[in-house]
Amino acid sequence: MSAMTRQGVAKLLARQGILVAFVLFMVVFAIANQRFLAIDNISGVIRSSAILGVMALGVTFVVIGGNLDLSVGSMMSFSTIVVLDLHDKLGPTLAIPAMFGLTLLLGAFIGVLVGYLKLNSLIVTLGMLSAIHGLTLTWSGGKNMDIADKEATWFSVFGQGDIVGIPVPILIFALLAGALSLVLGRTPFGRKVYAVGGNGVAATFSGVPRARVVFFTYLISAFCVATAGLIQASRSLGSQNTVGQGMELEVLAAVILGGASLLGGSGTVFKTVIGVLILGFIQNGLLLVGLEFYAQYIVTWIIIILAVWLDIAAKRGRLWSSIA
Amino acid sequence: MTKENLIKQGAIWAFIAVELIFFTVMGDILSVTSKSFMDFENMLLLLKQSAPIGIIALGMTIIMVNGNIDLSVGATFALSAVVLLDSFSWPFMAAIGDWAIPLAWFFALATGLILGAINGLIVWKTGVDAFIVTLGSMLGYRGLVFMYNGEQPTSHLNWTLVDFAELQFLGLHTATWFLLLTALGLWLLMTRTVHGRNAYAIGNNREAAVNAGIRVGPHFLINFMLIGFLAALSAVVFYSESGSVNPNDGTLYELWAITAVVLGGTKLTGGYGSIVSTLGGVIAIQLLRKGLGHIGADTETVNLVIGLILITVLFLDRQLNRQGKEELKT
Repeated sequence: MSAMTRQGVAKLLARQGILVAFVLFMVVFAIANQRFLAIDNISGVIRSSAILGVMALGVTFVVIGGNLDLSVGSMMSFSTIVVLDLHDKLGPTLAIPAMFGLTLLLGAFIGVLVGYLKLNSLIVTLGMLSAIHGLTLTWSGGKNMDIADKEATWFSVFGQGDIVGIPVPILIFALLAGALSLVLGRTPFGRKVYAVGGNGVAATFSGVPRARVVFFTYLISAFCVATAGLIQASRSLGSQNTVGQGMELEVLAAVILGGASLLGGSGTVFKTVIGVLILGFIQNGLLLVGLEFYAQYIVTWIIIILAVWLDIAAKRGRLWSSIA
Repeated sequence: MTKENLIKQGAIWAFIAVELIFFTVMGDILSVTSKSFMDFENMLLLLKQSAPIGIIALGMTIIMVNGNIDLSVGATFALSAVVLLDSFSWPFMAAIGDWAIPLAWFFALATGLILGAINGLIVWKTGVDAFIVTLGSMLGYRGLVFMYNGEQPTSHLNWTLVDFAELQFLGLHTATWFLLLTALGLWLLMTRTVHGRNAYAIGNNREAAVNAGIRVGPHFLINFMLIGFLAALSAVVFYSESGSVNPNDGTLYELWAITAVVLGGTKLTGGYGSIVSTLGGVIAIQLLRKGLGHIGADTETVNLVIGLILITVLFLDRQLNRQGKEELKT
């Protein structure tokens, strides 16, 4: 009986371990500091996680499809700079679709390289990380980009506005997460993404158009990046060229934390959201407990390793690896 | 050496030759500066500037030959640099005069070695993919850097050290010597020792290597300790001269190093790669930086060009490989 329950607990931990850890964290932090569960604190955390979160939603598709995207950070810088620059030149109503178009073009380019030409996604997106950074610098001439009249524009609504008391970034994050969760979980396309990532060869033989599916995962990723860039630009109304630098790896950390396997074929949008929230609340909770800001990095490190380790340990049925 | 291998190993050097000719000719036509590109001093400087990324890229080669990857080298570089410069202010160090220098070097190198060992042990014992392990430690080690000294730069200028770093022995700068000696050492390790042979075998076909009785774990550990050590060595070489480290230094070094390694033809999947070709990759990238500056292109375009070249190389490599395989079939 006890063996049964132990097995049951192990199974639960393996399947929903990240959720259990999340709840555990929240409880510990809530006990340690009363303010942690205050509405304005929670809303503040989600709001500041929204940009990372929106990007992570798109990368989830790419990772489930069995690929990587290291270019999202520099692509986000690109979107931010472009929309800020076009804001003054074309006006916000034209600048936003133009920026989305250009960002999607970059996504499509990566999609062709990885999907149709079957090039290694790690190196392609690594190359694109560098190339898009160069593109951004060329666009801006290396200077910071600012909106001339920061008071007069309605553009700030995406980053700073509220609708019925809910900050707009949170609203965008939630809506996008809901929509993409439906796409991944309830549509034929979503099933094909899992099929391609789980076993690309088998998927191809079953008539799933691997190339096209991979192409669309990168398009979705680019769309999310453009949305993140919009929020970022609207929040600060001015930006450096390196605003998204290094975010690609944080995004990946959130996706992995959510339980998506880098080998592809597993993960969900919901789990990624949990991964994003864990990163955000750890940072916030540690600060409230009085730890240094940078301690969160070390805690994040330990949590990422533990999460992935326990996940594969549960799958292989042994804690330590079989590597001799 | 087969003909195919010769082409593979020669490609990067041919690319370097093309770069040299292109920038020399273009420089003459556009005549932005009166200095010629292939100026001897200029080339010596180029080698020196290649050293920090180069030393790390050489280490990355042996990691990738094993089929692993290390994303934490930039953070390891920064933490070793902080230890190097901060250790001079430790009380007992001031008392021993110039003997503090080798001791500070020792502390920095030991830091790198330990950080590498932590990565290696986690990869070995938990079986978690090296990409994830080092992605995590990239964040963790960077956190340590910031916790050490906050957002303040850590500075210490030791003139004996600066003099040593600026020394030119047989015309080559100290940093260049470290780069070349590292390359020589790793080349010997990978081509002349059991460890090197086993590393290739593991990367090529891990299951077969295990069946042949090769213990995978210790080889992983040794390679991760080596790259940690080399990241620290790179920090030692660079910061002995500059004397001041910002907590954000070394960010994206892992990506630059991987770019150089891939340009040199090393396979991400492991089993194939050459130290000498990586050296070529490092020089090619530095040449591109200098060359674009020489012909008056914006420095901003460097990133764009490097990125596109990386993708082109990947594409060409695949086309050539596919051709080779089809020839085998017929």
